[in-house]
Amino acid sequence: MKKSQRGTEESRVMKWALIVCALAFCFIFLLLPLVNVFVQALAKGWSFYLQSLLHPDSWAAIRLTLLVAGISVPLNVLFGLAAAWAIAKFEFRGKSVLITLIDLPFSVSPVVAGLMFVVLFGLQGFFGKWLDAHEVKIIFAVPGIVLATVFITFPFVARELIPVMQATGTEQEQAALSLGANGWQTFWHVTLPSVKWGLIYGIILCNARAMGEFGAVSVVSGHITGQTDTMPLRVEKLYNEYNAPAAFAMASLLAFLALLTLGIKTLLEWKQARAEKLIVTSQKVDGHAG
Amino acid sequence: MILDINYQLSKPSTCSPVSIELKNVTKKFGETTAVNNVTFSVKEGELMALLGPSGGGKTTVLRMIAGLEMPTAGDVFIRGQRVNDLSVQQRNIGFVFQNYALFKNMTVFKNVAFGLKIKKWKRADVKTRVAELLNLFGLEGLERRYPHQLSGGQRQRVAIARALASKPGVLLLDEPFGAVDAKIRQELREWLVTLHNELNVTTIFVTHDQEEALEVSNRIVIFSRGMLEQVGSPREVYEQPANEFVARFIGVMNVLEPEVRDGVARIGELEFPPHGQAEGQKLRIGFRPYAVQISSDVAQHRYRAVLRRTFFLGVLLRVELELPSGLVLRARMTKEEYAQQGMEDGKAVSFQIRQYRVLAGDNAGLAPEGELSDQAAPTVSGKLGVA
Repeated sequence: MKKSQRGTEESRVMKWALIVCALAFCFIFLLLPLVNVFVQALAKGWSFYLQSLLHPDSWAAIRLTLLVAGISVPLNVLFGLAAAWAIAKFEFRGKSVLITLIDLPFSVSPVVAGLMFVVLFGLQGFFGKWLDAHEVKIIFAVPGIVLATVFITFPFVARELIPVMQATGTEQEQAALSLGANGWQTFWHVTLPSVKWGLIYGIILCNARAMGEFGAVSVVSGHITGQTDTMPLRVEKLYNEYNAPAAFAMASLLAFLALLTLGIKTLLEWKQARAEKLIVTSQKVDGHAG
Repeated sequence: MILDINYQLSKPSTCSPVSIELKNVTKKFGETTAVNNVTFSVKEGELMALLGPSGGGKTTVLRMIAGLEMPTAGDVFIRGQRVNDLSVQQRNIGFVFQNYALFKNMTVFKNVAFGLKIKKWKRADVKTRVAELLNLFGLEGLERRYPHQLSGGQRQRVAIARALASKPGVLLLDEPFGAVDAKIRQELREWLVTLHNELNVTTIFVTHDQEEALEVSNRIVIFSRGMLEQVGSPREVYEQPANEFVARFIGVMNVLEPEVRDGVARIGELEFPPHGQAEGQKLRIGFRPYAVQISSDVAQHRYRAVLRRTFFLGVLLRVELELPSGLVLRARMTKEEYAQQGMEDGKAVSFQIRQYRVLAGDNAGLAPEGELSDQAAPTVSGKLGVA
């Protein structure tokens, strides 16, 4: 390590003390529990691990989680694109209200979010009688879980896209229009590629949350084993049934999906940084051109 | 650069030599009137400048011609066809944005090819056309570069190539030289003139730089505060400005406000005929720097002054004369004159004003230039306005 030349910098001892503190904290509170999940999950060997994941009820939970994520992520991608587009490209009354509303799911406790849907669609709820009369089941069924998940993951895509779209402005789109492109072609060829990274990042975060959501889903699902249990709910149930190894197996799968998501995110960031670095280098090389 | 492209304008719908016409066009953004009742026309093949200070409405006019803004009132015609209700896609125009608005995620090739692909040109034709344009614009070998890998000048050329790719009837450029540095600016101006001469496509560009407008265009439309002030050739607007705004905006002008006393309009040592103004009233006098004749012989002309500062602008020098009363006037001398007369800062000189105009109001017409001889009368104090 180079000796600091700046008078304002902390001493070497202080610097290392801080670094060690931070690393130790990360290790004890983040890494150790995570590693423990995998250790516990594999405590009874691979065959038990696979068996517990392939147990019909667990397998149903995995499928349900994928289904819910598969519906709510695309829905929120559509919504996020539309909202970000509206906010970044147009001026309209109530714009600030819309921005605040998008953030609502971040500030409301997931349990409260779940309860809101029960109050709306539950049997005793606002639309309950009508829904019951038409034999539509939302609460304690898959539609309720999807609704709750959509609500919770509402802000992710929009939040990622708004600043990117605002920074891009509308000139490129106007250029596309002046070259004869229609609205859809402009969106597809110009707008979408320019927000690509923000969108991918938003989808990843949205997906991670959709698969991992517990609170809101727990309230609306009714915990019907094999039917309305998602992976997080299944983990809790197994754990409460003193089936810790199976609970850990399921938990490890969830954790693995989360790690995978993080990994993809880091890879994307790295790729983007590298692309930018390449640009800088090539600009240096071409500095005298033109 | 040799321009050997085969540029064919799509056939005009009428034989009218007028390419673009605006009739009583007004544009309002909410309460603000950006463009106020503007009427002018652009001839086929002309290179026209829309000139004015920022906020003058010139960019809005350009965008209305393009169809990027719709007029609040009035009509826009392109080749005899009223295009008020046509979208930007239907107007067959090429538009170059101020910051070029190149597609960041596309290579140079794809940028230029974009319009052609949208218009469903055959792949082979697209390739030929793009190659032709890149060759014409000196961009060969840069096909696979992305916009951020280009210099400012290259970016501008890509933007113009992209706008011209599908052979539009009109090329519109918004502040085309605004985003490049001074040195490249000069090259690009010359290049644009050459390009226009070769392609002969009707071209309108927006600028706030009067020098640029004078140098590049065939004709200039001058705007201020949303109003059209004058349309004319560079020479016309310079030599016969329609009003004081134009006179002051195009080139430098000395503006004085002498007061009439004892039948003579006086300011500092300077005296002018009263031009019909009554005793005690003020009148506005304007004259170009070149109308001030300077001599190092202090007895040659009627007025005395000290050469306060010299600005070296090239062949022509701008000098500031300070009169004993404190009045400051701007004048011009050629390098030769300056040297021959042994001028230097601080030297005592004599001068006369050969020509001047009586200025009315901001928007009223200008009287023809009057002559001022050495024989006019005495003095009074006052203030000087220098444009």
